[in-house]
Amino acid sequence: MSVREKYEADLQGLNDKLIELGEFTQGAFDRSLQALENQNINDSLAIMDEDIKANRLEEEINDQAILLIAKQQPVAMDLRRVIVAIKIAADLERIADFAVNIAKSTIRIGNDPFVKSIKNIKLMHTKTSEMIGLVLEAFTDEDVVKAKRIAELDDTIDAIYGQTIQELLSISAKSPDKLSQITQLSFICRYLERAADHVTNISENIFYLVKGTRYDMNK
Amino acid sequence: MTTTVLNKVEIPAQQTQTTEKSSVYKTNQLNLWYGTNHALKNIDLDIKENEVTAIIGPSGCGKSTYIKTLNRMIETIPSVKTSGEINYRGRNIFNKDYQVEELRTKVGMVFQKPNPFPKSIYDNVAYGPRIHGVKNKKILDQIVEKSLRGAAIWEEVKDRLNENAYGLSGGQQQRICIARCLAIEPDVILMDEPTSALDPISTLKVEELVQELKSSYSIIIVTHNMQQAARISDKTAFFLHGEVVEYDTTDKIFSNPSDKRTEDYISGRFG
Repeated sequence: MSVREKYEADLQGLNDKLIELGEFTQGAFDRSLQALENQNINDSLAIMDEDIKANRLEEEINDQAILLIAKQQPVAMDLRRVIVAIKIAADLERIADFAVNIAKSTIRIGNDPFVKSIKNIKLMHTKTSEMIGLVLEAFTDEDVVKAKRIAELDDTIDAIYGQTIQELLSISAKSPDKLSQITQLSFICRYLERAADHVTNISENIFYLVKGTRYDMNK
Repeated sequence: MTTTVLNKVEIPAQQTQTTEKSSVYKTNQLNLWYGTNHALKNIDLDIKENEVTAIIGPSGCGKSTYIKTLNRMIETIPSVKTSGEINYRGRNIFNKDYQVEELRTKVGMVFQKPNPFPKSIYDNVAYGPRIHGVKNKKILDQIVEKSLRGAAIWEEVKDRLNENAYGLSGGQQQRICIARCLAIEPDVILMDEPTSALDPISTLKVEELVQELKSSYSIIIVTHNMQQAARISDKTAFFLHGEVVEYDTTDKIFSNPSDKRTEDYISGRFG
């Protein structure tokens, strides 16, 4: 294997590791909502335990990236690839943390019946999960068109978030005894909305990777 | 980066200001042939003063030929033919009335291998001023000290100025050559792979020196070392097969070059 081939293989290794982290994160994120829907404490505990894998993968990506910089001194797109890998890994790891936060809220809600249908929460989750899938595809294919579609989905999630929080606030005004669950459901909405923001960050980084210029998906 | 419907933040676009520097060299449609070999093709380059301009490219791309054309050293090769113009400070150096000696008092050169004369450190540095007629010992002493200080080697050699320059390390010899070049107070310093024969510490010293010298001189450096070009130059020209593929700020060339061939070369995909 030539020096350049080894370098290419190392860069590919970094990409593969990132996809592995992305798939793990999406899995944890999806399971966290199933656990909420089924009010399943055991599954929630399992999500919390397994999060260590996301942390480990992020550390491995950072270590590989540092080694690549030290040994190969990448420039131009190669350098962007390494820097973007570090940034995307941080966003993915953070999304996995939100799955853990949702699991913790699920445990806190326990078996109490929901004060309100979690339809909107499920919708926000579906859209965010769709965004994660799309961003992983955009990253693999280095497809800026797909990356740009993420912004539209994020706008939808932001709108549902605003509406759901308003509804939860009005319930809390009428039923103060439900405040504890309403707080947890509001937190979950916030986690989902923030997760979508991190996906938007990833899509911006994909744009930067491919084009070498920045693109604000929120504009 | 991210905003929600609840908190939209507008960040004004960054404004950048650039001040245009004067050109030291303007090359217009330069062509050069070694016999039938067309070594430089339609070169257009505008080199600014008080900047470090790096010339990069694979072996045989014409970068050393180009730099040797800038002080007309290339004319020593009999089969060389040129067309086009190289304007140094607005005057075409190929004009018949342009004296090559006049050009070379303004344009110094440092080569790949340190090439001190087999003389003392002092005589190496005083050589240029002496042939330009400086005889006064006091003035020569001042020039030697100033030049050795300018080349960041004064402290290392001040107590052994009468020792033979051959006794110095490679890195020190190269800085003596730079001091010799500074002694004639040039306007431009051409450097043809000045650190390729040096160890990393000596390389670092020469690189630091280049950074210091650019406030007083315009420096054009040919280098095979991509990181060196990225570290020390303001502009970079990428040569390939005798043509300038891309010439831009070093920041642009090494972060987001416009031409795929530049990207491939700096990333080590060929060359």
